[in-house]
Amino acid sequence: MKSIFNTLARAFLLASAWAAGAAHAVNDLPGGPSVRQLNLHAPATRIAEEQISLHWMMLILCTIIFIGVFSVMFYSIWKHRRSQGAKAANFHESVTVEVIWTVIPFLIVIGMALPATKVLVAQKDTTNADLTIKTTGYQWKWGYDYIKGEGEGLAFISTLDNAQRVMSNSGDVSNAPDDYLFRVDYPMVVPVGKKIRIITTASDVIHAFAVPALGIQQDAIPGFVRDTWFRADAVGDYYGQCAKLCGKEHAYMPIHVKVVSAEDYTSWVGAEMKKVAAKQDDPTKVWELSALVQRGEKVYGNNCAACHQANGKGAGPIKPLDGSAVVLDADHTRQIHILLNGAANGAMPSWKALSDTDLAAVITFTKNHWSNKTGQLVQPAEIVAQRSK
Amino acid sequence: MSAVLDNHGQAAGHAHDHDHDHHHRPAGWRRWLFATNHKDIGTMYLVFALTMFMVGGVLALLIRAELFQPGLQLFNPELFNQFTTMHGLIMVFGAIMPAFVGFANWMVPLQIGASDMAFARMNNFSFWLMIPAAILLMISFFMPGGAPATGWTLYAPLTLQMGPSMDSSIFALHLLGASSIMGSINIIVTILNMRAPGMTLMKMPMFCWTWLITAYLLIAVMPVLAGAITMTLTDRHFGTSFFNPAGGGDPVMYQHIFWFFGHPEVYIMILPAFGIISQIVPAFARKKLFGYASMVYATSSIAILSFIVWAHHMFTSGMPLTGQLFFMYATMLISVPTAVKIFNWIATMWRGSMTFETPMLFAIGFIFVFTIGGFSGLILALAPIDIQLHDTYYVVAHFHYVLVAGSLFGMFAGYYYWSPKWTGVMYKEVRGQIHFWTSLIFFNVTFFPMHFLGLAGMPRRYADYPMQFTDFNMVASIGALGFGLAQVYFLFAVVLPAMRGLGARAEQRPWDGAEGLEWEVPSPAPFHTFETPPRLDETATRVLG
Repeated sequence: MKSIFNTLARAFLLASAWAAGAAHAVNDLPGGPSVRQLNLHAPATRIAEEQISLHWMMLILCTIIFIGVFSVMFYSIWKHRRSQGAKAANFHESVTVEVIWTVIPFLIVIGMALPATKVLVAQKDTTNADLTIKTTGYQWKWGYDYIKGEGEGLAFISTLDNAQRVMSNSGDVSNAPDDYLFRVDYPMVVPVGKKIRIITTASDVIHAFAVPALGIQQDAIPGFVRDTWFRADAVGDYYGQCAKLCGKEHAYMPIHVKVVSAEDYTSWVGAEMKKVAAKQDDPTKVWELSALVQRGEKVYGNNCAACHQANGKGAGPIKPLDGSAVVLDADHTRQIHILLNGAANGAMPSWKALSDTDLAAVITFTKNHWSNKTGQLVQPAEIVAQRSK
Repeated sequence: MSAVLDNHGQAAGHAHDHDHDHHHRPAGWRRWLFATNHKDIGTMYLVFALTMFMVGGVLALLIRAELFQPGLQLFNPELFNQFTTMHGLIMVFGAIMPAFVGFANWMVPLQIGASDMAFARMNNFSFWLMIPAAILLMISFFMPGGAPATGWTLYAPLTLQMGPSMDSSIFALHLLGASSIMGSINIIVTILNMRAPGMTLMKMPMFCWTWLITAYLLIAVMPVLAGAITMTLTDRHFGTSFFNPAGGGDPVMYQHIFWFFGHPEVYIMILPAFGIISQIVPAFARKKLFGYASMVYATSSIAILSFIVWAHHMFTSGMPLTGQLFFMYATMLISVPTAVKIFNWIATMWRGSMTFETPMLFAIGFIFVFTIGGFSGLILALAPIDIQLHDTYYVVAHFHYVLVAGSLFGMFAGYYYWSPKWTGVMYKEVRGQIHFWTSLIFFNVTFFPMHFLGLAGMPRRYADYPMQFTDFNMVASIGALGFGLAQVYFLFAVVLPAMRGLGARAEQRPWDGAEGLEWEVPSPAPFHTFETPPRLDETATRVLG
């Protein structure tokens, strides 16, 4: 109870500070929402344009019918009042009238459905894409994998700028930027004028990939693969937010699609590829003992400590590494094979998915940590050699 | 119970000819706990629903308070999600559905000339089942991990991540579902078997008709919901993988099952309101309901169509094109019978002799504002537009236009119309009008701006939002506060005085244009009515002799 009162008091203070301080001017966010926006986003694709004209058509038709029907009702309310001396008529049935006002709405509805069908068919056609990107919803970030087309092989995670998340928690948005809750570290980059197919899936719960200006929204469902597409007409930044409730940070997993020219896209892909290559380890590199132990400690923490424990003593059926004969052995092959192929009928799984450098590092770490001060060094080249055996 | 000593309130009026004079009215708490009288049970349903309505309303105001401006000032997002979930569950299952059952308990026997509901003890049980259910729902806030935070739709696999409160909510929904099914069976049997001689089905008041159809819908779909949440429960605890993708389950199947319940459910919440409006408009236009038969057929078509439109809630789940087309067409088709109903109400008003007491004001407000919700529903039915608006505030605006301006205004209309019969006192007309105008204005202030927010792409169930959405959110929050206060006014200025019996005595027929058997008994309606089946006139609206 007390905490509720505290938060209420805090909110009151913040609100009054907010009201007293100069009202912070917010500007439109191009490609995202505008201030007091009344209608759909400015379209950046043909489909979004079609959706907008469909919406206008519906809005106009509905408004006309609404005004028509309710002018009759309000005329009646005005004219047929007892205070105006109206006497109640006695009619209460007419099959003709009923048939007429069943058939007319039916025809209107068919008239609305036809153009909608056309747009829907176009919207669902995901064939012949120039570039295919798999977007994976995680709690609470988006993963983008470029799986077909220029840039194939690129993969990265896109997360909300942490400063904005902190600002949200503080409750004080007086200095919020125009892209508050939209700024991410790595936007999805796509070329203009190309058909981009978005494949959605998720790793935990259902998310939804939605970018209004591009006219797309598609649920990202764990265990399932769904797709949608867009072809952006203009270079620019387009923003969206996760649309399906996915847990507590639902409001904090924005989508930023950066549409660039074909040349810019090619150079972006080149630069990203170089970065990826730079990150990759060269398995022929010869390492120093301390550097390799340092790296191995991280690998151990991420992969091994859950079972073998941080103190290397294991637990129950899990074998201890501290003082283990296999670890202390000057012949490295046995330990390398256990890591590559697993042991004890899979109780110790195979770790061959780890890189050569990571495997060499973690083995070196176990050989030089706790009471295991062997001074032995396992180079990545040894792993490479054993992998083929 | 085998030792049934007292068969008071037993089925079928013709079956009991024993002397009622030795019946005494049970007093004190026994009267309520052991209640078998349809009027007492109806009152309890209505009081329960009003209480839950206030609880759900407080949750709504907490949501609007957090959304008054961007940034998190009051609650963390987890608690915010719990509020949205519980607001939905409490309003749907705790407020609107029980309130309509309360109306049915009070009015169905009175309108068809029956002495009571068919199964009086089951009636008692179906009410009292709701109390533990409500308690289970409300205490979930105090369980480890707090209340469920999945939204009222309880989508898998998010439900698999919830704490123990998810299980208690599932159990609560099971209880409420059992209660609804029993209530529906009771209403169906009462309407089909206990009508006074001469009250043929096609002479029955519209409220009984719409409830009869609603009751069939409830029996058809509540077990479906029970199935969905039971599978969720076994996924959570017993290693099944119906919806758990990690075990090969299908989260989309949950949505199909849920909405197969969920779409008829929205008609369950609106059809009885249609019935109430169809009674009130003729009463205050002093003219018979236009197109009675077509109203019955339109209601039935809406009910039947409601079973084949469910996947319009899932246009973004990635259905194949043909699926989307089918559900889009079927959904648009529903607007036809709904339009017929609106036209019939307006034709009833046409060349009537209208007065505008509070029930009529709420009825006209209902028709006017509900139609806006109908049109936004038609716009949402178009799959290409839904892609833009799905899970945005446009949807929130839409379903509040049909559930608040629809179901709730329908119930307010019904309350003002029938409360003189229930309590024996007239409400004060000025107070009713204040309640109507403040509700109507603040309702629109709250929910109309949400259309704009949705069109601009603000997703629903967001605890914090981009700066550009600030102004409309502020307007909505201010409107919500006003709407909440209007309901507090309703409680203190209208309902409580009526329950205490304060105010002018109500006549037997307080509305000169009102037709129906409920106006053939004194106000307040005596504890027992129509103990022997009444003899009816040709129209089945008057008791002879």
